[in-house]
Amino acid sequence: MQKVGKGILVLAEQKHGKLHKVTYELLGKAAELSRKCGLPVWCAVAGPEELPVEELVFRGAQTVFFGADKRFDTPDELLLTRFFKQVVRDTEPGICLMGATSFGRSVAPRLAAALGTGLTADCTGLELDEDGRLVQIRPAFSENILAHIKTDTLPQMATVRYKEFPEAARDEGRKGEVVRVELPDPADRLAEVVSELKSQEADISDAEVIVAAGRGVKEAKDLGMIRELAELLGGQVGASRAIVDDGLIGRECQVGYSGSRVKPKLYIACGISGAPQHLAGMRESGYIAAINSDPSAPIFNIADIGICEDLYRAVPELIRKIRAAKDK
Amino acid sequence: MNIVVLVKQVPDMEQVKFNREKGTVDRSSAGAEVNPFDLNALETAVSIRELTGNAHVCAVSMGPPQAANALRECIARGADDALLVSDAKFGGSDTRATSLILAAAVRAAGPFDLVIAGEKTVDGDTGQVGPELAEYLGLPHAGYVSAVQSVGEDSLDVVSDIWEGTFLKRLKFPALISVTKDINQPRLPSFRSKMAARKAEIRSVGFDGLTEYLKPENVGFKGSPTKVKKIEVPPALTRDGHVYREDEAGDGLDALLAAIGERRIL
Repeated sequence: MQKVGKGILVLAEQKHGKLHKVTYELLGKAAELSRKCGLPVWCAVAGPEELPVEELVFRGAQTVFFGADKRFDTPDELLLTRFFKQVVRDTEPGICLMGATSFGRSVAPRLAAALGTGLTADCTGLELDEDGRLVQIRPAFSENILAHIKTDTLPQMATVRYKEFPEAARDEGRKGEVVRVELPDPADRLAEVVSELKSQEADISDAEVIVAAGRGVKEAKDLGMIRELAELLGGQVGASRAIVDDGLIGRECQVGYSGSRVKPKLYIACGISGAPQHLAGMRESGYIAAINSDPSAPIFNIADIGICEDLYRAVPELIRKIRAAKDK
Repeated sequence: MNIVVLVKQVPDMEQVKFNREKGTVDRSSAGAEVNPFDLNALETAVSIRELTGNAHVCAVSMGPPQAANALRECIARGADDALLVSDAKFGGSDTRATSLILAAAVRAAGPFDLVIAGEKTVDGDTGQVGPELAEYLGLPHAGYVSAVQSVGEDSLDVVSDIWEGTFLKRLKFPALISVTKDINQPRLPSFRSKMAARKAEIRSVGFDGLTEYLKPENVGFKGSPTKVKKIEVPPALTRDGHVYREDEAGDGLDALLAAIGERRIL
């Protein structure tokens, strides 16, 4: 296979010195592509000095380009764009991958524009064609179609959805080089992060169990039993857009096309009818249970188990049964 | 203060038909509307005008001639002015070409302080044009903006839901923000404003009006580095799980409990 560019560069994401797991997923995918085309796997990361960059080597990066500076301890798109641009200019990768997190989706377009290359958003699949070019597969039209996209310019850049690919296996025996990168001149401060108002406590996309509530829940206080069930199962509470729009629960709980996409081991939908916009966010869950009093609710079409019953009866009963099972 | 709002006319997604066998998308029966996220962008601009008392809001849309209808709706919803960026040469543009064309149009339209975009469009789904445009125009930007905290003389403070947190950011003018649906509830146009918008003049500019800022090799299909090679309409995902009727709900809950046990969740 023909080599396009000089390497595969993963653009890492970190927050306060902790690496985002999407980075490990990208390194896993990069290693898979590398086995086919023979290009080396690189990783560019910018963050505070204490960032555990050797982790990136353990996860398969052959070379890590490290910009150590506390200025990267805030979400500053302009600064990070400058750093990545410099690494790309110096190394000439054929492929550049970044996580399609909120920050990744804010930085990658700036970087693509700065490099004058194309960018494919939110990929769920990456392959190489017979000429070694990257085939980027992404959903579009509100998740109804999958488009296969190729990029004429280099680097071929894509953002990749979190939780789409498995993490690269960790191996402390791996050897790699860490190259310190001198930072570009301090940016003319066009933008500054004044303060962090709130840090997200738990990301619903990381939950292994989600108990989600929809229109079947009539009042905010009734969410108590949904929370109780979620807690019993060690999971988090999710919600359909309907009850978020009604103000019953915060937006950070919303699952769906315009909320979070989730892939827990277990998803229990309580009183959710299953609008396409909701299904788009949870249909890849491991095991889907649906509790809904309407037998024609579309949620039953994608459920592994359906219980056609009023959630006000079914949820407390399920809680009782789980407690009984736990006590045994 | 001059505010530019980016608007796209999109098909009504509820009406678009997807043929899973043939792998085609049929928008012919779908009506066209203003991208829902862009209405939040427009509402943000109009509220800033109300707050500061002296802003001018111009809606800018790139698209076919009929996108003028989307711009009319923006005028009905409070835009002072509208600019249609339209040319057959622009057809097939990806986000890079679109951003370069919009950057040229925004520059050509005169001085501006703030560009506001919606988070993404419902048909393209990329959310890339805002930040790409910011880079091409050399502007700072904030994404996922859920509130405009204050508007000062030479900067504005916004709340950005990004990086797994919520951040207060200060951007120097000129700047670009892309807003989420949380930022506001777009107002509906009144009957009178709708009637007035019908008569409003929609300015239009094509490639020839932008040659000062735009090269022919950077627009349209040939100016687009990303190319769609194939479209797949994946089958609707279904699972054939058993649905327990109301009178068997107890059995259903037991089966669910067993499934939870098998997954070692408890």
